[in-house]
Amino acid sequence: MIRFVILRLLQTIPVIWVIITATFFMIRFVPGGPFTAEKAVTPEILRNLEAHYGMNKPLYRQYLDYTSSLLKGDLGPSFKYPTRSVNEIIADKLPVSVELGLLSLAVALGVGLPLGVLAAVRRNTWIDYICSSVAMVGICVPTFVLGPLLILVFAIHLGWFNASGWYGPIDRVLPSITLGSVYAAYVARLARGGMLEVLSQDYIRTARAKGASEFRVIVKHALRGGLTPVVSFLGPAIAGIVTGSFVIETIFQIPGIGREFINSAFNRDYTLVLGTVVLYAGFIIAMNLVVDVALVWLNPRLTFE
Amino acid sequence: MSPAEIERGHSLWSDAWHRLRRNRLALAGGMLLAVLALACAAGPFFSQSYEEQNLDLGAVPPSAQHLLGTDTLGRDLLARTLYGGRISIMVGLVATFVALAIGVSYGAIAGFFGGKVDAVMMRLVDILYALPFAIFVILLMVFFGRNIFLLFFAIGAVEWLTMARIVRGQVLSIKRMEFIEAARALGLGRRRIIFRHVIPNVLGPVIVYTTLTIPAVMLLEAFLSFLGLGVQAPMSSWGVLIKDGSEKMEEFWWLLVFPGVLFSLTLFSLNFLGDGLRDALDVRASKD
Repeated sequence: MIRFVILRLLQTIPVIWVIITATFFMIRFVPGGPFTAEKAVTPEILRNLEAHYGMNKPLYRQYLDYTSSLLKGDLGPSFKYPTRSVNEIIADKLPVSVELGLLSLAVALGVGLPLGVLAAVRRNTWIDYICSSVAMVGICVPTFVLGPLLILVFAIHLGWFNASGWYGPIDRVLPSITLGSVYAAYVARLARGGMLEVLSQDYIRTARAKGASEFRVIVKHALRGGLTPVVSFLGPAIAGIVTGSFVIETIFQIPGIGREFINSAFNRDYTLVLGTVVLYAGFIIAMNLVVDVALVWLNPRLTFE
Repeated sequence: MSPAEIERGHSLWSDAWHRLRRNRLALAGGMLLAVLALACAAGPFFSQSYEEQNLDLGAVPPSAQHLLGTDTLGRDLLARTLYGGRISIMVGLVATFVALAIGVSYGAIAGFFGGKVDAVMMRLVDILYALPFAIFVILLMVFFGRNIFLLFFAIGAVEWLTMARIVRGQVLSIKRMEFIEAARALGLGRRRIIFRHVIPNVLGPVIVYTTLTIPAVMLLEAFLSFLGLGVQAPMSSWGVLIKDGSEKMEEFWWLLVFPGVLFSLTLFSLNFLGDGLRDALDVRASKD
């Protein structure tokens, strides 16, 4: 296993490098820079600004400078927040997004798993139909429709929550439900499918024949195999929660890294865009690795190639 | 194709049609979809103008005159929603076609050649799968202007991966079948075998997955439009309308509710239809 993890980590190095390089040059080859929006900057000031950020050097030099400081873990100064470094901004905003992401994942698994397992166990009964229909609704109502609707009903009309902001624990409720619901729906469908497949297998019949209680059959015997599809979905789900956070943080005005990423792209804050892309890419690749390891652990028939 | 093959194909499709007809949800989805598509295609010719402003009127709630009300500039919401639906559906179809073209050719080539070519090509797909692609689409849209053709291409370039995997798996199993061997024995070139014999036989799964890709693509378009990165004014799409609606929902709820409901209904129909087709054509494909 350790060999597998090390091999995979080695493979990700060129991938991350390609991402950094592609993003770096994509950003630099577009018209308009971070200072074009600034109100009437005199040529001298512009030159000074560019010198300050090293942008008067040839492009390859900037690239080398950036990558070598990146290796030291330094993501450079922000272009739009002159006094702050990208590292500081990320350290400031990331915890908020991580909290939102974890809560949404908790909603996805906490709601999706029981619904899916229940639907599979009570297959083709009204319980199954209700669970499956709820899951379909969750899949088909996009987050950016659900979020505003929830605000409209529960914040504006009923007044139970604040319409936006990120202060008390109560402000966590609507955003995590909004972001988690789609994934809860997918998790429910996948868990149902996976459980149905496992429940028809011989070893389940053996367990039943030996007199194990139905609860024990499901929890001890079926769940481990039945959850494989859910676990392999976690990779895409985590990537989806990351991109979903862009919208959620905009809707609920949450000061997280997702909203910062969108703003930095609009502002052409080169270093901040690059920094967040590196962060996201590294994170998502790492999560996929974790998921792959978990899959083998769940299903011993798979081996680490 | 030989006569025997045509006959077999015929019975497969008519079987599938019988099974689909018994699936009420899928049929309802298909019909709702047809109605929505027709309304969006023909509606703007009959309804009020989608861009004519009436600032004196402002935003009024649904009434006999304006069935879905008007927006803050006094534009008829029904007309705007139908017109927006046109753009959303068009983006859905065109970008899906892009994804389809890339995915099918890529998967077919990998599956057909097999061996090392396959290993390298599918490893690349695995790597691409793990990348945060939506982020690159966002960067593309921000940096290279919000051009609708770029939008098609960018979305299509993201959504082809699963299609490639499905087609590859199918091709791998089909190419071991006897009629392919026969074609090869007849001296057909590789290209002809791929395009004339292999691709027509992977059509079932491709159709199913295409029906399921369209809602995914429409969702991505609406997502980008919601962030202000997709379709630009004066054009509008459901994503744009939902964004506008969510900004003004506190006073004018109908601006959010109607486009949101219509968009969700469309996604519903497509998903039910896709699921129904999957059962009807008996395709076992991994859901992503």
